[in-house]
Amino acid sequence: MVKPTKVTNAIRSLRFANGEMTQAALAARIGVTRQTIIAIEQGRYSPSLEMAFQIARVFNVPLDEVFQYPGTQE
Amino acid sequence: MSFEEKGTWVYLVVNVVTYAAYLSIILGRAENIPLTEVSYVSTMLWTIGIAIALSIVGHIAVAIAKPSEADKRDVRDKDINRFGEYVGGIVLAVGMLAPFGLAMAEVDHFWIANAIYLAFVLSALTASVVKIVAYRRGL
Repeated sequence: MVKPTKVTNAIRSLRFANGEMTQAALAARIGVTRQTIIAIEQGRYSPSLEMAFQIARVFNVPLDEVFQYPGTQE
Repeated sequence: MSFEEKGTWVYLVVNVVTYAAYLSIILGRAENIPLTEVSYVSTMLWTIGIAIALSIVGHIAVAIAKPSEADKRDVRDKDINRFGEYVGGIVLAVGMLAPFGLAMAEVDHFWIANAIYLAFVLSALTASVVKIVAYRRGL
């Protein structure tokens, strides 16, 4: 399956690093459904910039520790 | 599966079932008489009414089955809905060319009404399928 976005993320590992936070708990913190968190984690949905900042704020890390946009290596 | 995705499935199934029922009733009546002489108006109106009612009942049933997820509609649901309705709108616009042509050709009202109904059904089915694919594979 071709993923619709090149954006990768570290949400899953960040959740585990933050007291094994559940997808449901993260979803509740940012006001979305659990299915949306699952879709973001699996790269099936690119969140809005605002939602991306909200997720980063939950983990108290900069945005680029949550989301990465891999480019071609020089 | 989110509440909205379940609702999309309900809408898809209801549309397929009610349109299939409509077609089987109309074609059943046309066994001994030409299609254009078949009484279709009340059947079509009833089918549309029943489809709307079943969609509402289906949504309520989904909400009752898992009340904690009911009415939870987030930005992804809205994005997917917008995308599905956009594609469905294109299908509707293209589909309406058929009844447009039929009306100008002054064919029997039966064909015009049924072409419009078919365009509505195809539009709704396309929108539902696009939404379900977006839910499953990503947007």
